[in-house]
Amino acid sequence: MSPTRTSSLTIETPEGVSFTLLLAGPVTRFLAWLIDLFAIVALNAIAQNALQIAGFVGAEFVQAAVILEYFALSTGYSICLEWLWRGQTLGKRVLGLRVMDAQGLRLDFSQIVIRNLLRTVDMLPAFYLVGGAATVFTRNAQRLGDLAANTIVVRSPRIEQPDLDRLLGGKFNSLLDYQHLAARLRQRTTPEAAGIALSALLRREDFDAHARVELFDELAGYFQSIVEFPADAVENLTGEQYVRNTVEILFRSSK
Amino acid sequence: MILDLPRFLAAERPYWTELESALDRVEGEPGRRPTLAEIKSLHYLYQRASADLARFATFSSEPETRRYLESLVACAYAEIHETREARRRVNVWRWLARELPQTFRRHVRAFWLAVAITLAGVAFGVLALRIDPEAKAVIMPFQGLLESPSERVAREEHAKVDKMRGVKTTFAAELMTHNTQVALTTLALGMTWGVGTVLVLFYNGVTLGAVSADYVQSGQSSFLMGWLMPHGAAEIPAILIASQAGLILAGALIGWGTSASRGERLRAVSRDVLTLVCGMALLLVWAGIVEAFFSQYHEPVVPYALKIAFGAVELLALALYLGRSGASSP
Repeated sequence: MSPTRTSSLTIETPEGVSFTLLLAGPVTRFLAWLIDLFAIVALNAIAQNALQIAGFVGAEFVQAAVILEYFALSTGYSICLEWLWRGQTLGKRVLGLRVMDAQGLRLDFSQIVIRNLLRTVDMLPAFYLVGGAATVFTRNAQRLGDLAANTIVVRSPRIEQPDLDRLLGGKFNSLLDYQHLAARLRQRTTPEAAGIALSALLRREDFDAHARVELFDELAGYFQSIVEFPADAVENLTGEQYVRNTVEILFRSSK
Repeated sequence: MILDLPRFLAAERPYWTELESALDRVEGEPGRRPTLAEIKSLHYLYQRASADLARFATFSSEPETRRYLESLVACAYAEIHETREARRRVNVWRWLARELPQTFRRHVRAFWLAVAITLAGVAFGVLALRIDPEAKAVIMPFQGLLESPSERVAREEHAKVDKMRGVKTTFAAELMTHNTQVALTTLALGMTWGVGTVLVLFYNGVTLGAVSADYVQSGQSSFLMGWLMPHGAAEIPAILIASQAGLILAGALIGWGTSASRGERLRAVSRDVLTLVCGMALLLVWAGIVEAFFSQYHEPVVPYALKIAFGAVELLALALYLGRSGASSP
């Protein structure tokens, strides 16, 4: 395992394969905690109202039950949810965070309990100052509870399969009429440039209209500069269409 | 040297989807023990996804699919390479009869260290009060203990009304939650390389020593024993066990005499710390009930001899339980 000083942790498996876990920063974690705090306050209000119904047993009993309920809720909320939702509380779920074992292994119940019980120290003197400082200064952005439990908090460890069919399939590609130029394009394009073009297409909906046009024009200009296709092949093609056709050539074998 | 991505995806995607489903099954039913065939299949799919990730990292810089594959391999890795046995169901009786006392004994040196630090604090408290009686105002943790012991005993023994009437349950709940928070803080301070745990233990000892010296000097030993023994027989060991867990954490953090990494050392003790924390919580629940419903009643309502005997029996039972229970099992 080789931890880095950036916001990620790279784990090398015995099979010789590396994967990277994106570490959550202190601000995101603080926001997740705020959501959890609101959830605890709301649950506490519901539970206390429910306990008032049991008032016929006696005021003393209700008062004791309220004290125990608050203690159990404030201590047990994160423990229960992280166990049931495999490392997530409501706040972490909303913000796409998850608690994981620092070695990338399965999270054990004892780790969940320890990291949550040690909040007592992380919360000192107020507003998680100790824990927040620890996440800034430790290599894997761990608060003291995480250090003791050997856990980390990561961003979105499970993601969906990308839909490349939707991106590349079924569209006419005028550049494919010139196979010798397409072969030259494949030869001259670096994997990095191909990756940038594909990423730009995959994320095209995220850009605002102006930036989108500018970006794809710039990329199209770059690809035109390394291989020039005849005018009839590129006529009326927008920058984005040109890049899509290029990506199809780069990521598909020649026909 | 660019991978034929669509062909590659078409060939491999069914295996990734299968691996995803297998992982979902494992995540969805954590209590289920998978069959050998399922384990073999999971292992095969994991290795295949790992190989795909390696190919992907070499031949293509496409980030989306690589991140997806990384996440899939990461999740499968967690299931395949975990060597700690997954806990299916906790057998409460077995946990009480064997696991807790065995864990306590496995780390008994940390417990004795906690006892020694507390006793050092007690000695300091006793000496401080003998040498300088004025120190009482500084040492006593709350106002109620500044009162003369003789005056308090006289007041308690001549009380006409039951001061605990109508508040016993609430008081018990307050004691349980407060004491548990104090114990958890003592445990958590183990992460200060044990310094915080040692300081809290020593301070507890100083308070206990000073209070004891104050009552003994005033000739109120019976009252003191009758007051403290019933709940103290569970509460003080609970704080010591929390400190034991804190010192275990500190030991794993410091890591003397071991070549294991900090993460491995802390991982090795995490289940033992959890076991001790649960034991501590049980003792504090009992101590809270006893303190609210029994300790606060004094002579003539409850004879001191009975209260002291009750505390002694508790202490003996606890010592026998922690020292002997589960000793014959492997």
